[in-house]
Amino acid sequence: MSDHEYTPKSKFGKWFNDRLPLLSLSAHLREYPTPKNLNYWWTFGGILTFCLVAQIVTGIVLAMHYVANSDLAFASVEHIMRDVNYGWLIRYFHANGSSMFFLAVYIHIFRALYYGSYKSPREVIWIIGMIIYFLMMMTAFTGYVLPWGQMSFWAATVITNLFSAMPFIGESVTNWLWGGFAVANPTLTRFYALHYLLPFLIFGLVILHIWALHVPGNNNPIGIELKKPSKDTVPFHPYIVIKDLFALLIFLIVFAFFVFYSPNLLGHPDNYIEANPMVTPSHIVPEWYLLPFYAILRSVPDKLFGVIAMFASVFVLVILPWLDTSKVKSAIFRPLYKQFYWFLLADVIILGYVGAMPAEGLYLLVARVATAYYFVHFLIVLPVLGYKEKTLDVPLSLTDPVLGGSTNEALTKGQKK
Amino acid sequence: MSDQKKNKRRDFIFTASYALGAVGVGAAVLPLIDQMNPDASVKALSSTEVDVSEVSLGQSITVLWRGKPVFIKRRTEEEISKARDVDLKELKDPEKDEDRAKNPEWLVMIGVCTHLGCVPLGNKGEYGGWFCPCHGSHYDTSGRIRKGPAPTNMEVPKYEFVNSNTIKIG
Repeated sequence: MSDHEYTPKSKFGKWFNDRLPLLSLSAHLREYPTPKNLNYWWTFGGILTFCLVAQIVTGIVLAMHYVANSDLAFASVEHIMRDVNYGWLIRYFHANGSSMFFLAVYIHIFRALYYGSYKSPREVIWIIGMIIYFLMMMTAFTGYVLPWGQMSFWAATVITNLFSAMPFIGESVTNWLWGGFAVANPTLTRFYALHYLLPFLIFGLVILHIWALHVPGNNNPIGIELKKPSKDTVPFHPYIVIKDLFALLIFLIVFAFFVFYSPNLLGHPDNYIEANPMVTPSHIVPEWYLLPFYAILRSVPDKLFGVIAMFASVFVLVILPWLDTSKVKSAIFRPLYKQFYWFLLADVIILGYVGAMPAEGLYLLVARVATAYYFVHFLIVLPVLGYKEKTLDVPLSLTDPVLGGSTNEALTKGQKK
Repeated sequence: MSDQKKNKRRDFIFTASYALGAVGVGAAVLPLIDQMNPDASVKALSSTEVDVSEVSLGQSITVLWRGKPVFIKRRTEEEISKARDVDLKELKDPEKDEDRAKNPEWLVMIGVCTHLGCVPLGNKGEYGGWFCPCHGSHYDTSGRIRKGPAPTNMEVPKYEFVNSNTIKIG
């Protein structure tokens, strides 16, 4: 990991570090050379770590009062809201925390897309990140079911029914997931167990994510590999620590706004009605952060292919490092990619919007076009762009453009100036 | 003994150990997987008897059977003829109304949309039957899928008339 040798000053420190090199690890984390040009889009890793820890802490506290039983769950959530000391605060923090978590993760992912952070040598970081993202969706979904309101129940029904699209084994698989012939108490108790388990899996993967990051080091806005440590880097502590903390503070203002001033803005009023297996709410929608996928699911008129398209939309991200054929990482030096990037962002936002609307008429048409573009972007535009695009000259180091130096020959080779 | 022969015997022992190990792991995993399947108490609730003497012509009631809503609809002459006059070629999941409703006046079916499991709304949709609000599937007066993403007709459960006023589902 780190190139230098670290020796603790105290005798006890030395003794301990020889047996378990925690002090070396801590020294590595402090001195970890970080590109000095990182902008605020790079602070979301730290923000996400905060979100995960906050969700785990508030979640454990909520678990002390929540009852995972289909007859008692709804009432126990109201008990938390009304009777438990600060229960309202802890639950609102946890419920809005999931939205904040996804907000941060989307910014984190779109930052990686813009600056090409998923490219060699960071493919493994990216793939671990995508697994984390997938587990986050599973965690959010299982958690949403726990209050056992109408939206909880029908979200559970619709999502588990996705598996019924599988040919031949669909019905057995859904019955196995439910522990019955419909979503009911056995479903609730297992979702509770999984909702408690998954965050710790995420936590483990986050450690791997950071470990894999510390091998090549951070990407940066210019998207070139730096010599580390060098004039182009600064130690993580105090420079990045302070910057991350400042960004976290700003993020917490947004967070606090939702928790204290509009705690139910991102939720759905139907979830304050207890689950009723006889009546489906007239308009069911998932939480906002899953809407683009929901739009993709609904845009395909066939059940099986709709489900396949939805899972493919996540899987296409996993193989992204091999779909993007361009050697240049940062969009700063890719004039065409930059335009397609903003187009993709708009496309995903449009998908999210139509995902919240009824699947009919113009909305359905827009959803279909947007779904088509989503796949065209990853499967056609990105592979072709790598060969066709005329990229700008990439500097050799971060200090070069300032001090006047040559451009990176390796990357600009074969281009006419 | 030659080295080659010795290696072959080693390979056999390794392969046999792996195979036995795999069987052992499989046997240990099976109960862990199977515990999630519907348990004995869930399976025990397999039949429900419903009194339908109060249901008037054209009316539909919904009862819960194995956690799922079941529609019991007493159909009017018009609805029956509408369901029976359809050309089977028009249907996505061809099935005769005669096979779905043995007693034409009574249609009994699981009120769960075959798309993603929502409960469709009665007397709605383009075919005068049911309409699913979640993703827009239209069913006719026989509960057959006519339009929308659902792949199959609404399922008819096993049921029988215990007497003229009572239906036993399951």
